[in-house]
Formats: sequence, C-alpha cells, structure tokens
Amino acid sequence: MAHKILIVDDEPNIVISLEFLMKKEGFEVAVANDGEEALAKVASFFPDLMLLDVMMPKKSGFEVCEALRADPANANLQIVMLTAKGRDTEVAKGLAIGADAYMTKPFSTKELVAKIKSMLGVA
Amino acid sequence: MKAKHRFALAVIVLGLLMTGPFVVTSLLVWLDMKDAERAMLTDLLLSRLPVGTMMTLFGFVLGVLVLHKLFKQYVEGLLRMAETLRLMLSANRNFRVTPEGPLEVQQLARAANDLAQQRDVLMDDVDAQIARAKASVEEEKNRLAALMSELAQAVVVCNLDGRILLYNNRARLQFKALAQGPTSVSGGTLIGLGRSIFSILEKNQVQHAQEVITQRLNSGKTALSNFITTTRSGQLLRAQMVPVLAGSGEEKKTLSGYVLTVENITRSLEQEARRDQALHSLTEGSRSSLGSIRAAITNLIDYPEMEAELRERFIRVVDDEAARMSQRLDQTMAEFSDSMKTRWPLEDILAIDLIAATQRRIEDKLQLPIKTEALDDTLWIKADSFSLLFALVFLAAKLQDHYAPRELRFRLSAEGKLAYLDLIWAGAVMSAETFYTWEMETMQVGEETSPLTLRDVIDRHGGEIWFQREKAAQRAFFRFVLPVALPEIASDLDDKARSTGRPEYYDFDLFNFADKSIDLERKLSDLAYTVFDTETTGLEPSKGDEIIQIGAVRVINNRLLRQEVFNQLIDPECPLKPESIPIHGITEDMVRGQPTIDAVLPAFHEFCEDTVLIAHNAAFDMRFLQLKEERTGIRFSQPVLDTLLLSAVVHPNQESHKLDVILERLGVEIGSRHNALEDALATAAVFLKMIPLLEEMGIVTVRQALEACEKTYFARIKY
Repeated sequence: MAHKILIVDDEPNIVISLEFLMKKEGFEVAVANDGEEALAKVASFFPDLMLLDVMMPKKSGFEVCEALRADPANANLQIVMLTAKGRDTEVAKGLAIGADAYMTKPFSTKELVAKIKSMLGVA
Repeated sequence: MKAKHRFALAVIVLGLLMTGPFVVTSLLVWLDMKDAERAMLTDLLLSRLPVGTMMTLFGFVLGVLVLHKLFKQYVEGLLRMAETLRLMLSANRNFRVTPEGPLEVQQLARAANDLAQQRDVLMDDVDAQIARAKASVEEEKNRLAALMSELAQAVVVCNLDGRILLYNNRARLQFKALAQGPTSVSGGTLIGLGRSIFSILEKNQVQHAQEVITQRLNSGKTALSNFITTTRSGQLLRAQMVPVLAGSGEEKKTLSGYVLTVENITRSLEQEARRDQALHSLTEGSRSSLGSIRAAITNLIDYPEMEAELRERFIRVVDDEAARMSQRLDQTMAEFSDSMKTRWPLEDILAIDLIAATQRRIEDKLQLPIKTEALDDTLWIKADSFSLLFALVFLAAKLQDHYAPRELRFRLSAEGKLAYLDLIWAGAVMSAETFYTWEMETMQVGEETSPLTLRDVIDRHGGEIWFQREKAAQRAFFRFVLPVALPEIASDLDDKARSTGRPEYYDFDLFNFADKSIDLERKLSDLAYTVFDTETTGLEPSKGDEIIQIGAVRVINNRLLRQEVFNQLIDPECPLKPESIPIHGITEDMVRGQPTIDAVLPAFHEFCEDTVLIAHNAAFDMRFLQLKEERTGIRFSQPVLDTLLLSAVVHPNQESHKLDVILERLGVEIGSRHNALEDALATAAVFLKMIPLLEEMGIVTVRQALEACEKTYFARIKY
C-alpha cells in the first residue's frame, strides 16, 4: 500500500509542484492550505509523512508541529518542515519541537524526494 | 600708659629729683641741729630763699624743656613712625617714612624704608608670578572650554556624586531635544551646572559603569566603560564613560569624577532596523518564490512528457513567481533606498557655514573674489564638509585656469529634500565633454591633492552635479545637489540674544560640591540659587490675579549662568487686564495656547530643585506660588531670599529699594527690563553685587542673611 503524504502550505505555486512530484513518486497525496486544515486532515487522512510549511496564516507550522507531537497517537507521523527562513535558530527550533527533518526553500526536489524515501524506508 | 601721662610723670620725677635731695638733706640736717643752730639757719635760708627758688625753678624749667624736646623726638616721633609703618603694612603699600628728628631716629626710618622697599620688590615678584600662573591656568581653562563647546559630541563631566561640572553646547541641545514636556523648558531643567546627571541617565547604569571603571583601574586596564540607556521619552542613548583622576605622577591616582560622552543612537538604530528589514525582505522574501520556481522548473525538466495543461500550469508558476520577485525588489528599493546605500558618514552642517569656509579658502588660495547671491541661511545639509569644500575649491581653480572669471558667486536654495548649492561664473561657455573630464580626474588645487575625483565626492553624498546655463544673464553655474538634513537640534536663537561672550558651561570648583541639600550654615557665595521673577495679570493674587510668565536663572558658586534659564509664558485662563499690558508687554495672543500653571509649576519646581530661591520683593511672587499649592500639590519649601530686603540691610538709610534704583546704586548695567526673565537676570546681578557688601557687615551664611532680612522694616509689610 502506498505511503500517504500530506502537503501543508498556503502557497499554491509550491503546492502544485510538490503534489505533482509526490504523485509521480507513487505516494498518495492530500493538501492542506493552512494550519487548522492540516490538523483536520491529519485526523481524517492519517498521513505517514507531512511536508509542513512554517509561515502560514491562522496557525504556523511550529504550532501545528507542537500540536501534533502533543498527541501520542501521531507518534509515527513523520514531519518534514519547509521554511523560507534560513536562520540556524529556526532550524534548531523546528527540530527541537519535534520535526524529523528540515528543508529550507529553495530546495532541490531531488533531495527532498530522496529524503522522504529514506525516511519512509522506501528504497 | 599713654604717652601724655608718661610725659607728666617724667615732669613730676624731674621736679622731685631737683628738689628732693635738697629737701631731704635739709630735713636730716634740721633734725640733727640744736635750737640755736636752727634759728641761725632759718635766718640764713630765709634771706636767700628767693635766689635759691629762682635757680631751682630756672633749672626745673630748663629740665622740662629738654625733657619735652626729647619726648617729642624720641617718643612721639617713634609713635608717628609706627603709625606710618602700619599704614605701609596694610592700606598703602607705597607710603614711606619721612626721615626726621634725631640721627638715630632718622637711621631707623631709613632702615624701615629699605625693608619696605625690599618687601615691595618681593611682593611684586610674587604678584607677577601669581598673575602669570593664573593667566596660564585661565588660558588652559578657556582653551578646554572652547574645545568642549565646539565638539560635535555631547560631553558631560561629573563628580562622583553625579553632579555636573561641565557640559558642552551639544550636550545641552541634545538633552533639550530629548526632553518631552508640556513646557519649552523641561529640557533646560535637566542639564545644568551642579545638577544631578541622574535626572537624565539611569542612576544604576551610571553607577555600574563607575564600578566597572574602578575595577579596570585597579587591574591596570584601560579605564573605560560603555553603556546604552533609555531616556524617559524612550530615546536610546549610548554613553561612554572615562574617569577623571585626581593626583598625578607617582602617587596613586584616585577617581574624582568622570567624563561622559553621550550619543543619541535612536536614529541610527532605526536606520539599521530599516536596513535589516530591507535585507530581510530581499532574502527571506525571495526564498518562497525561488522555492516555487525551482520545484516547478525541476518538474518541467524531469517529466518532459507531462500533459500540456500541467506544463502550462508549471510555466505559469515560474512566470508568476518571477514577476512577484521583480515586484518585491522594486518595492524594497523604493522603500529602503535611503538605508540601502553604503553611506559615507555625513554630518549635519549649516550650508552657509560651508559656503563661508569655502569662500575664505578660495579667496585665500586663488585670490579670486567671491560674492554671494540668494542664500537660504536656514538650510542644513548632510555633508562630508572636508571633501565637499575641496571639491568646490577644485572647481573654482579649474574655472580660473580655463576661463579666468573675474569673480565667482554662490547661491543656495532648497527644494523638498534636496539642497542646491550653485557655483556661478559669468562668461565663457563650457562643453559637456570638458566637464566630464573634470568630473573624473583626481582633484588637485595647487600643492594639495585629493585621492578622490569630483564624482567620488558627489557619490559619497548620494548627490548629483551638473552645469547649467543662464542665457539671459550670460552666465553659467555648477549645481551641487545635496541631501537636506533635518537637524534634530535647531539652533537656539534665544541663546545668542542672551549671552555675550563665552557660555558658562563649566565650573571645576564643583568637584568639591558634593552636598546637595541646602545647608543654612553654608556661605552665601557657595550656594546654588534660582533667581526668578513673575509677571502677573495684576497685583492681587487673592482676588483672582494669575501668573502669566515665569522667568528664572541659576546662580551657582557665585556665577550667573546665563545659559541655564527658565522662561515660560503661561495661559492664565482668564482675560488679561488691558491696563496691565503696557507694564509687562504680554498680550492675549502671546498667552493663548501656552501651557497652564498646572503644567508649568512642576517644571519650574524641578528647575528650582536643591536651590535657594531669590526674588525681588519675594513675598509678592511667593504669594502667587503659594496660592497654587493646593491645586497643583507643588510646594516651594526651600529658603527664600529677597533682594529688596537685602538692599535694606545693606543700605538702611536709602529711601528706595526698587530694583531700578538698586541697579543704579550698585552700578549694574543691564539691557532691557520688564519681562520676567530680564528682571530675574537683573535681580541675580544685584544679588551677586550684594554678597561682598553683606560679608563686610558680617552676614556670611544663608541663615545670617535670612535673619537680617527678617529684622528690616520692610519685612513687616505683608501682602
């Protein structure tokens, strides 16, 4: 059964590429456009991995991550944070509050795919 | 015993000496004789008595005359000489004893004169040395004061208690600009000689810096401390503290005070923040867009066989994000252009000052006459004055070499944020190519060269230059476009009118002026005073008359501080009496919109802090202040001296003690009068003149002055 990936980003221009890419890689994909929708989708879609943008309206990626990690039910959910902030401090914060990986925009999609695959144990 | 008594005694002794031995001998012989012998002797003596008496009297008179002569010469002569010597000792140094009388006395007189002569030479020498030393100290002081007052940094020197001993004009203007209060003087009250620096800077921070310096001193490091502090009005100040050390040479130096250099960094921080913001918007803001573009492009490359519709969407993403990035770039540049340029440190300078300096330099170096046309003398520009001045002289020299103009002219104007400095010459026409080469060559004027080109100088200012023809006038001009500075500190015209000569911004005697409370036993000449005057709507405070102006000036350590004044008009919230307007010269228009007494009294109270109050006919002014106590909650509880009463103490027999009359009596020259500040200044001058007169009467301390005032007749008149 295909792994499920939830893409959370408020910018349609990046969502379209990520969605396309993940589908091409054979994953089952869902999209959320803000933090609240992301939490709802996690509850209904049960993703294995989440691509989570930091800067979003309503709830930031940090808040979403914290909320998810507070619930042990989501312990198996892997979170890759995507950010347009390049500062070391933010990377450190993201990892500290429970993200499994961190990618800074602009990133190489090849690297992203490789990282996701290794995280999901897909060769 | 008085000399006269001694003379009388001497005469008596002489008489006794002349008659005594004879009488005693006669008595002894008489007692030894038989009756017959006694009778014979009586006969003998009685018949010759007149001759004997005559001889004795003659001898006595002769004796008295000799005695008198000797007395005159030796006793009275010496006494006179003693008086003269006393005179030479104190009142009149140049007086000399006239050698007279007997030789010995004359010799004594000459010896005394010689001694006096020698003393005079020595004293003159000492005086001359003192004068020389004083002059050099004074000169050093003046040099220091001049240096300080011209510094572009705000400098404040304090003693260990935080009392201000010296501050420069920049510091005064800076702190004045910082002050935010209801009255125009809230700033002026902050800084002043003898005042506490802690009213401006956070006490804990200053003390911490002081500790740091002491520690560094003890460990032999450079004693220096920096801190950043916020003012009450939320401005950020960066202060640097260096110590003032007492003791010199080998002995251990101890901290006796410190020098603070204070800089307002609010503006530069704001600018930095803006630059940060710009940088941020350019970097992080671009990340998202670039991320989207990169992902879309990779997809396009990696999956060339994708459907046309999807391909179209990815291309639109790229197009869309690229457009967004361009837009953001434009926006950032427009918004932050000021802070984005690498800035050469430019100073705010009054444009006419720059022109005046350039004018001198050109006339001096090139012997080329300079005239000026319309000059906007209020215009401040941001400039690196040295390079700009060099550029102007360079252009003048170039013009002189190529076109030999008879004179050059300057013109100065402004348009919005741009200042135009025009260098005008008449005659020959120059080509754009020529100007281009001038612009690009390294500048040289005579022997002096600069590594910069004219273009460099212009770029440094973020400015522009071109030349333009005025065909009608048959002349042309170079136009320098320079950034206008909005001076944070406006020049204080008020000050110029008030002060003549060098401002009194320093008083090193204050190093020992630690005690801040008012001690009534202190000498009058050692204290800090606030001399004030009020203008009022009328003479009856209890019937609703109100204060409409308060003027005050500080006197400290026997000096009138003309720069440290309080001058505030007050809205009385009631109509002025028409008949009073000619007296104080204050009209309705002047008081409307001014702060009310509720706002002014706290500021004035702060201005008066730790000082003795002085006013002429103080009871009147104090009555007005006291009537406001309940409403404002502000009490003026410090001691009050009244120059009217002090005048009555000093000159009890004079009829009038009006300020005008006293001014004339004490020979105080004062300009105009009859506004509160001018009257306060006059009163202060009078008070300073009175201090030595009071001292002559044994009135030295504040308590003595207060007591003497109470005893005068005038003190009994109450308002």
